[in-house]
Amino acid sequence: MSEQDAAQEAAEWVGAFLTRRREQIAQRWADATLFRTVFTLSRDESVEACKTVIDALATVATSGRLDDITAPAFGTVRDQLGRMAASRAWTGSSSAQIADEVADLREPVTSVLREEVTDQSDAAAQDSLLALTVLMGTLRLVIMETTLMAGEELIERQRQQLMEVATPVISLWENIVAVPLIGTLDSARSQVVMESLLDAIVAQRARYAILDITGVPTVDSLVAQHLMKTVAAARLMGAECIVSGIRPAIAQTIVQLGIDLSSVITRATLADALAYALGQQGVEFSSGPATGAGTR
Amino acid sequence: MADSLRTGGTSLPIGSDADLAWVRQEVRQAAAELGFSLVQQTKLVTAASELARNTLVHGGGGELEITRLDRGSSLGLRLCFTDNGPGISDIELAMTDGYTTGGGLGLGLSGAKRLVPDFDLVTEPGAGTTITVTAWVYTVPSARLEAP
Amino acid sequence: MSAPFSGQASPVSVLALKDVLLVTLQGELHDGMAEQLQQDITERIANNKVTGVVIDISGVEIIDSFLGRVLAEIASITELLAARTVLCGMRPAVAITLVELGLSLPGLTTALDVDRAMELLARTAPAAPPGSEGRS
Repeated sequence: MSEQDAAQEAAEWVGAFLTRRREQIAQRWADATLFRTVFTLSRDESVEACKTVIDALATVATSGRLDDITAPAFGTVRDQLGRMAASRAWTGSSSAQIADEVADLREPVTSVLREEVTDQSDAAAQDSLLALTVLMGTLRLVIMETTLMAGEELIERQRQQLMEVATPVISLWENIVAVPLIGTLDSARSQVVMESLLDAIVAQRARYAILDITGVPTVDSLVAQHLMKTVAAARLMGAECIVSGIRPAIAQTIVQLGIDLSSVITRATLADALAYALGQQGVEFSSGPATGAGTR
Repeated sequence: MADSLRTGGTSLPIGSDADLAWVRQEVRQAAAELGFSLVQQTKLVTAASELARNTLVHGGGGELEITRLDRGSSLGLRLCFTDNGPGISDIELAMTDGYTTGGGLGLGLSGAKRLVPDFDLVTEPGAGTTITVTAWVYTVPSARLEAP
Repeated sequence: MSAPFSGQASPVSVLALKDVLLVTLQGELHDGMAEQLQQDITERIANNKVTGVVIDISGVEIIDSFLGRVLAEIASITELLAARTVLCGMRPAVAITLVELGLSLPGLTTALDVDRAMELLARTAPAAPPGSEGRS
């Protein structure tokens, strides 16, 4: 028998073994840290999750692709562990930690295998043990990959949520909406600002949109570009944008950098911007005529 | 990480005005099915429209191949525009805002490049032009959001 | 290839409301149709007493540089013919894409929807020079 045939036979044997001892392995795995910490409420659920993974491993083993992390059968493992890892990631486990816990699954299953093998020195038994070890190593890689991605997903989602929370669009007056920008305005954030502002313009039927940059620490040419894009997009939808909250230091920077904001209406404060927008709509102030509304 | 997996492709001819409209519809549908946001969809369809027109006007017609990509946790779309036209002799100039040889606004190539995260242009004078753009959608499958 | 949209209603409708032309664009617009529209509007302004044109694009899902150019040209031509053009109803996704594309259509007067566009024309017409709205 060739070496390759032997390996294939060992793999198939492991597949059959996993199917045969499914219940027993699942019972042992259910108590392992990986499954126990996720399924805190129901041990039965934990056992079921283990069985899903064992079935997938059996399928992969039977197909002989022990070291192939792209084997189709791992799809169900990815689903199952993706769900688990995602819930783990929320509680703050690192993917290295999870990988260690997956490595801990190897011991229970090999001990079940040893129970079956009477003669440890038998070549076929050694091959089977090796095959199982390879398979468990592959499982660890699959899970590593899944958890790393779940982590990325989580970070991305939190970033998205943070951006949305950090950029509320306020309805200031009839036809007037405002976004008080606080913090650094990078490309991703300015996209969110632009989208939420434009949606608000439609929803509120706004004629004027005020972008208040009092809380933006620095305005460089990139930030200025983002602002001008937002102004241009709002204008395309029929709303006029006013940029307010330009502090003296920022005004100096803008001039020194040679940024041309001449196409944008600017005001020193949010109050000035509101007064301008109201004045344009012919809203009269009790303190004086609308056109003279320069009060702070 | 597993390599990008191709999961089915579509090939469309670009030979007339009507084909441009067809390209827009197909790209829109593919992007919507993959879960691109409305703004992402609009950017991608607009870029496709610019590039398809470039293929038609400057390349004398050609074709678009739409490929859906699956990279495990994220799905994507690859659009590959090919023509056998005269090619572009000065890429840098062709990519400049306002530069045009076709009587348009000169925003076709440069504008399309700004609309997609990944833009690749291969051309040789006399040997045609191939432009490939790729965009990824960040999918968060609902199953993963729910507690198991 | 045969036109994939035969069976659909024409994507362009032009309605005369007193001295205002209300042009509604919808769905997919072939390049040829856009150019034809430019022709039609120009003729109708020349032949009728039209003082304003409202182009409603709320049903348009994408505007590329070609359609953008056609719209800008329609506006320039109508102004030459002593009428005003107001572009209205642009969707947020379209606006974001146009700006990213580098096409912010600075010469065009815009409004949120048809009502606002009509209001704008009523306020500035007749004979008011364009630009009195404070937009550049």
